[in-house]
Amino acid sequence: MALRRFRTRVPLALGAAALLLSGCASPSTGSNTDDPTKPVTLKFWHGWSAPGEVKAINENIARFEKLHPNIDVVSTGNVSDETINQALRAGGGDAPDVVTSFTTNNVGQYCSSGMWVDLDPFMRKSGIDKAKVFPKTLLDYTRYEGVQCATPLLADAFGMYYNKDAFEAAGITRPPRTMSEMKADAVKLTLRNKDGSLKRAGFMPNFQLYQNSPDRMFAQWGPEYFDGEGRAKLADEPKTEDFFSTMRDLSDAQGGYAAMERLRARFGDEMSSQNGFLTGKLAMHLDGEWRGLMLDEAKADFDWAVAPLPVPDDQADTYGRGYLTGTVAGIAHSSMHQNAAWELVKYLTVDTEPVVHFANAIHNVPSTFEALKSPGLDADPAFRTFIEIARNPHSQAVPPSNNGGQYITSFGGFSQSVEAGRTKDLHRALKDLDDQIDADNLQSEN
Amino acid sequence: MALSLSTPAKSAGRATDPAPRDSPLRRKRNRERLRNLGFLSPWIVGFSVFFGYPLIATVYFSFMHYNQIKAPTFVGLRNWRYVLEQMPLFGPALWNTLWLVVVMVALRVVFGLGIGLLITKVKTGVGLFRTAFYIPYLAPPVAATVAFVFLLNPSTGPVNEVLSWIGLHGPNWFNDPNWSKPSLVLLSLWGIGDLMVIFMASLLDVPKEQYEAADLDGAGAWTKFRYVTWPAIIPIVLFAVVTGVVQTMQYYTQALVAGKLASGVSIGPGTVIQPGYPEHSTLTVPQLVYSLGFQNFNTGAACVLSLVLFAIAMAVTLLLMRKSVGLIPAED
Repeated sequence: MALRRFRTRVPLALGAAALLLSGCASPSTGSNTDDPTKPVTLKFWHGWSAPGEVKAINENIARFEKLHPNIDVVSTGNVSDETINQALRAGGGDAPDVVTSFTTNNVGQYCSSGMWVDLDPFMRKSGIDKAKVFPKTLLDYTRYEGVQCATPLLADAFGMYYNKDAFEAAGITRPPRTMSEMKADAVKLTLRNKDGSLKRAGFMPNFQLYQNSPDRMFAQWGPEYFDGEGRAKLADEPKTEDFFSTMRDLSDAQGGYAAMERLRARFGDEMSSQNGFLTGKLAMHLDGEWRGLMLDEAKADFDWAVAPLPVPDDQADTYGRGYLTGTVAGIAHSSMHQNAAWELVKYLTVDTEPVVHFANAIHNVPSTFEALKSPGLDADPAFRTFIEIARNPHSQAVPPSNNGGQYITSFGGFSQSVEAGRTKDLHRALKDLDDQIDADNLQSEN
Repeated sequence: MALSLSTPAKSAGRATDPAPRDSPLRRKRNRERLRNLGFLSPWIVGFSVFFGYPLIATVYFSFMHYNQIKAPTFVGLRNWRYVLEQMPLFGPALWNTLWLVVVMVALRVVFGLGIGLLITKVKTGVGLFRTAFYIPYLAPPVAATVAFVFLLNPSTGPVNEVLSWIGLHGPNWFNDPNWSKPSLVLLSLWGIGDLMVIFMASLLDVPKEQYEAADLDGAGAWTKFRYVTWPAIIPIVLFAVVTGVVQTMQYYTQALVAGKLASGVSIGPGTVIQPGYPEHSTLTVPQLVYSLGFQNFNTGAACVLSLVLFAIAMAVTLLLMRKSVGLIPAED
């Protein structure tokens, strides 16, 4: 009798538990039936935290509120992608309506999961032809498999900062344009201490240094990560092995990976006054356009300039290219005021005046054609170099994926193993990496 | 008392004369059951809410594809195969976690016991020593880790500075994959205060007369420790080892903070911070669980990893408990 009761109760309990579990697993979805002219309060979460950045975004929001007196924007800064992700998944009344992300790697996940709504219907309603507003590379990193769930909100271009004083002392008259030139210059610029350790590296290719992630360096080769069917093809991409051997040559010419790592360990934090380039321990350095403003503010005690990062010798005609990424904006799936939210997104990302104002204020590259050619844009020559990199047709962003750029993380870990000399058979290891990337992507698919 | 009275009555009733539905005996038994349940209810509620439900949920989601937005879909063993066969970071994370379990727990027990023994021998200023060793334990883990990353900074940290004064070339500590885990162990030894207090209490509880008898027999310090102190404190050592193993299996905050700080990389546009800096040497299984579950939103795989970690922790604990049966002296 007791056994029979047990037999009937256990499945019932398990069924109830499953129902409870699945019931807990569906966050609310929002609505796009709101009237954007009705009074509304929008919650806007963004990642900017420096006083100048916050001031600039608040000024744009104040102008937006003046133009839309019915919309009140409550802005929250210094919010990370992780916090936004979790808030939108948890749902609830305090979740944001408009969100931004500093990580274009996550766009594929936002679009494929439906966490950020498709903006194409809103663009159509507003009569916006996105191809005429945003450069193609930027459009590419804000959509995934046909879903345009984000718009670019300023871009980031990566180039090479160099110490002009060090160049002059080494007798170098112009920044290198090819990897061979870079290697030769790096050797001339390398300085050693009495004990033989590195005092200054010409250029440090180590992938764990600040912004040196391998996807950024690899962009100079213009690689293809996936084939037409979405399968990873790093092993079959001839540029991959050339990339690793060039990086190794560059490192070996200046004393090798271990010596470089010893020097790197003596750098301070990236954003501190102990930054390796700012303290003169690096003569050439890959970084984003924002570094210029920081070097000015920190009053670097040497003369510096910016140039595009060199390209492989066999692709010399692509010189001027660089890696592109940027901040993106979107509307949360749980927002009950999606039409009003679109008004804010449109203002911040499409309208030329706020885009130029914000670009000038935080030294980021504008993300629309109109803003890029605006006369109001800052004329600082270093900044102009980055704008040229952003405009270069060979410049590249990494393709989006449905799992937050897991393949970039895998490529990063793999590259660290290669540069440390722990990978014996590079081609075999690349095949394994491709299999891994395919398995990760498959695992994330519904 | 209630149990001893009710048990014979219950068995007798079953065998010969079952009590009628509304008999006083049955009513009394029901009252006792309700009372017992009432006393147990806080534990039952706590266990169900904080252990039972999460465990069932974890098992359920381990067979589901669930990105925390769309409704979960059943995928069978796909998540299990992915974690156990296809995820290369699982191996390093498990290795690092087990390395920390073995080295950190062993050293913490030895060090905590050593400090406890020393302090119990101190005649004057014992309060000062106790406080000095206990205070670091009160520091929040994040603050303690920040301080250690600063102290062990290869370039500007005072530790390498002092080492250079005596002609030693200090290692790169948290920046060197060979030194990053030992650096975390150093951090854990610095906060040894909790174990020291527990060991001190158990050491002070060893009967004095046993030491006096050993002295009369001419026993030396080691013999007294081996035959008097050790048998008396072995249950406490076992407690320290078991709780240490379970805690270290969940090691997360210090490794994550140390890795992020030591890398020197600020989170900026497009920056991907990988836990486990440098070169996955400080990646632990809980960090991988977080990364899978709350960065990639791969809930199913994160649940599989959690269950694997739970199974390992359970197995190690059971093994320790079983092995220790013969070591613990029977109660008088």
